Amino acid sequence: MSMPELASAGESEVLDETGEAAASRKIEGRSPWRLAYERLRVDRAAKIALGTILVIVLLAILAPVFAKITGHGPNQQFIDTGSNAEGGPVPPSGTFWLGTDNNARDLFIRILYGARVSLLVGVLATLISTALGVVLGLAAGFIGGFVDTVIARLIDVMLSIPFLILAISIAYVSGPSVWLVIVIVGVLSFTYLARIVRGQVISIKGREFIEAARALGAGPWRIMFVDLLPNVLAQVIVYATLLIPLAIVAEATLSFLGVGVPPPTADWGSMISDASGWFQYGYWWFLLFPSMALLITTLAFNIFGDSVRDALDPRGAGIYV
Amino acid sequence: MTSAAKSDSNPVPTAAEADGDDVLLRVENLVKYFPIKGTGLFREKEFVHAVDGVSLTIPRGQTFGIVGETGCGKSTLARCVARLYDVTSGRIVFDGRDITKVSQRSMRPLRREIQMIFQDPIGSLNPRRRVGSIIGDPFAIHGLASGAERKRRVQELMERVGLNPEHYNRFPAEFSGGQRQRIGVARALAFQPKLIICDEPVSALDVSIQAQVINLLADLQAEFGLTYIFIAHDLSVVRHVSKSIAVMYLGKVTEIAPAEDLFTVPRHPYTGALLSAVPVPNPDESDQRKQIILVGDVPSPIAPPSGCRFHPRCPKAAPVCVTDDPPLEPRLGDGPEHPAACHLPMAAGENLADFHPEISKEERVVEVEGSLLPDDAQPADIADALPVRQEGGKP
Amino acid sequence: MIRFLVRRIGQSILVLVASSLVVFGLYFVGPGPNQVARTFAGRLATAARIAQIKHELHLDQPLYVQYGHWAWGLLQGNFGYDYYKQQPVGSVIAAAAPATISLVLGAAVIWIVYGVFTGVISAVRSRSLMDRSFTASALFFYSMPTFVLGLSLIWIFAYKLSPVTTFFPFHGYVSFTSNPAQWFQHLILPWLTLALVTAATYTRLTRASMLEVLGEDYIRTARSKGMKENRVITRHALRAALTPVVTLAGLDIGTALGGVIVVETLFGVTGLGWTVIQAINQQDRPVILGITILAATFVVVANLIVDILYAVLDPRVRLY
Repeated sequence: MSMPELASAGESEVLDETGEAAASRKIEGRSPWRLAYERLRVDRAAKIALGTILVIVLLAILAPVFAKITGHGPNQQFIDTGSNAEGGPVPPSGTFWLGTDNNARDLFIRILYGARVSLLVGVLATLISTALGVVLGLAAGFIGGFVDTVIARLIDVMLSIPFLILAISIAYVSGPSVWLVIVIVGVLSFTYLARIVRGQVISIKGREFIEAARALGAGPWRIMFVDLLPNVLAQVIVYATLLIPLAIVAEATLSFLGVGVPPPTADWGSMISDASGWFQYGYWWFLLFPSMALLITTLAFNIFGDSVRDALDPRGAGIYV
Repeated sequence: MTSAAKSDSNPVPTAAEADGDDVLLRVENLVKYFPIKGTGLFREKEFVHAVDGVSLTIPRGQTFGIVGETGCGKSTLARCVARLYDVTSGRIVFDGRDITKVSQRSMRPLRREIQMIFQDPIGSLNPRRRVGSIIGDPFAIHGLASGAERKRRVQELMERVGLNPEHYNRFPAEFSGGQRQRIGVARALAFQPKLIICDEPVSALDVSIQAQVINLLADLQAEFGLTYIFIAHDLSVVRHVSKSIAVMYLGKVTEIAPAEDLFTVPRHPYTGALLSAVPVPNPDESDQRKQIILVGDVPSPIAPPSGCRFHPRCPKAAPVCVTDDPPLEPRLGDGPEHPAACHLPMAAGENLADFHPEISKEERVVEVEGSLLPDDAQPADIADALPVRQEGGKP
Repeated sequence: MIRFLVRRIGQSILVLVASSLVVFGLYFVGPGPNQVARTFAGRLATAARIAQIKHELHLDQPLYVQYGHWAWGLLQGNFGYDYYKQQPVGSVIAAAAPATISLVLGAAVIWIVYGVFTGVISAVRSRSLMDRSFTASALFFYSMPTFVLGLSLIWIFAYKLSPVTTFFPFHGYVSFTSNPAQWFQHLILPWLTLALVTAATYTRLTRASMLEVLGEDYIRTARSKGMKENRVITRHALRAALTPVVTLAGLDIGTALGGVIVVETLFGVTGLGWTVIQAINQQDRPVILGITILAATFVVVANLIVDILYAVLDPRVRLY
């Protein structure tokens, strides 16, 4: 016989915590999430980016406060003080901190309110897109077969028709509005996460713990959401975070082209669009400040998203740029 | 045999199960083929003959061992019995009920009675879930307990298998290999199922830990009256725990015997070869042993050899072995509890090393993928190709 | 291999058909037949014209018939008739295509060369100042919306840098055949706008891919054989690292039609993107449809080519 006698195996009722068991007790419980958090904590770029995001959010929330302070609403026109002799915008001053736009409205206040729109669209559209993408990706990857084929072809079709054409056409048909933009951007970008989740699920679903779940009698939906989802969650978080700036840019682009948030709502894209007809006459602030706001926001989210990815997936398993 | 830890792993059934002949599971002619996608333009369907006609009877309250090399189909058989796969043909009768074609939905209540423990302690536990949640799965899936009650029962189970209940919220990565297997055991035990299929439960563990886990399984069997199917590739492990053992080769059962009989009077040459590979602690004994080394790899299960599947590697191969597949029945005067599938079974005291196959290389196997002897081997070479080695180091 | 090809091409056809159905549904189904006819006819149509269009487009017949006619026409190369401009859609497309092609190909050359070059340097001199600056600039341009970059470039080059401003006209397109020099001039800013944003992705991708390849054993072997570092990089590492980049390039060019819409609109480059936006503004259905289905075709074909190339290079992919 080849099994050695075990000194401590006298009673086997409640096994004593020898060697292996005691060793595991000394390891502090550090879940994968905890480890990721630790990495994120020491990442300076991440902290600056997150700080920037929080500032932007704060400013957006406090927009009405600033409106009160300056006494300028986002859609109020100040023809006398806010426009010059030719009817153009006035530069930054004590009254108008960042100047005015071509309709004599306070640029600074408009930028703050514009942040609301951008953040709202960015976050909500991302939520919709993530939810759709995860569910479809899970179903396609795990159930496979016909469901997978249908979903995969659906994704192909969505990707073959240019986003802008589709978005603009829909907006034309139903009339542009904030909610339409959110839905359009959210729904049309589900492909982003669906593919990633599907890929992950396919590589995981053959593993034994999935078999074990089936052996226990778990149904497919339970397996997808209780067993598979935690394993793809890390990737989902990474790409959802990176999706936010894409959604913000998409919204800004749509507004720039005139089919996003309708006027007179303050929106960075439409502000830039308005400015594009004026900056050649020297009204630089009109173009610069909304552009900077947009750029800084997108940059902050991208940097933070990159850091999240590094934290959750340090070995860089996917080359999804 | 030298005793390791507790030797009483096959207890006499308690009064409640006095009916030792009571059959818990019966497998009749189970066949499982996996299709391979054809590579040519015209689809010639090829199949992997994973399980090719297996019939077994598993009695209640005992441990039934199944051994075989990698690829012999034992894991597939296990999953078929657990209805994780649909069978290609055959019958599975569990506790008097035919569960062969039962739908997955109808299987759910039955899953409380048939459970599995898997080989890979790392792979069989979801790395992203906490241990308490994993062990609590059975309760959650079948709605048996929730909230505080579920936690209590999970912690009970943890204690029963020798884990610290305070580690409820830890992740599998924070445990050692042996402990992870205990988690797997706890999870399987939640329902107190009638049958637990252990698919190589200790193969991935260090030898010293193996004993602990096996003893745990034995205790649980005694306490709860469990029936085990214990699958392994290591004969010595199986010998220790099983009452009866079945040997599998290329999808078929070659021999079934009570544990001790298998080791003392093996009938099938394959069993003999396996036994000669089991290390023997006594150095003198081991020196004098003549070890049989089987030539070649196991032939592919896509196109198994004709007749007796073992004939290409069998030292006793004869022409009848190429043409006729021997049925699994008692040989040489054995009782019904010891069938073997061999035309020329080994008699007591026979030494396989003394045999040479009676058939030439050309007469073997009609078609086979890979394996076996080199192409240019002549009949005379076969004798050389089946070397007999003495462990003293002399060639 | 043949099986793979057949399956893959079949897939592409299926996707194209499905896309055409979506496009068709979007424009034909929504409004009723009268409405469709009216919009097709354009704003200045008479009742007689509308009736004529209704008949020509088979609008009084069931939907599947309409689709059949339209699809059959497409297969024959007939993109329909642009009632607004009184010419076949095909010629509208043909007139606009050279601008888009010039724009996309020119920008592609720039972004691929620049992106790969900076990516390689970043990877080879990892963590150096060059790496950090390239990576930072890639991140910067990646975050910048295309129209913001375009406007900024216009502002800088066309307005601020006085003597130079005339060198960068920021509007309009001149075809190559009529005046190569002006063609080039007009395209510089659009090229830069499109290329800088896209290049950012390529820098990051090349860098990541290159880093991975440089860590492989066979690179180490090459170095230990005494091969000069330059050769190691260009002859061995680059080849392997470029596979994902080539894939991405193929896909990007395939989706280029959608990607140039903003740039063309901003700079007034009268290409397909600009045309389709005009068409949407004018509610010129035939043109919208024609260009959209053209775009979808490009994407599907580009995907197909990339997949086939992959299968040729990597046999494992064929085990479909």
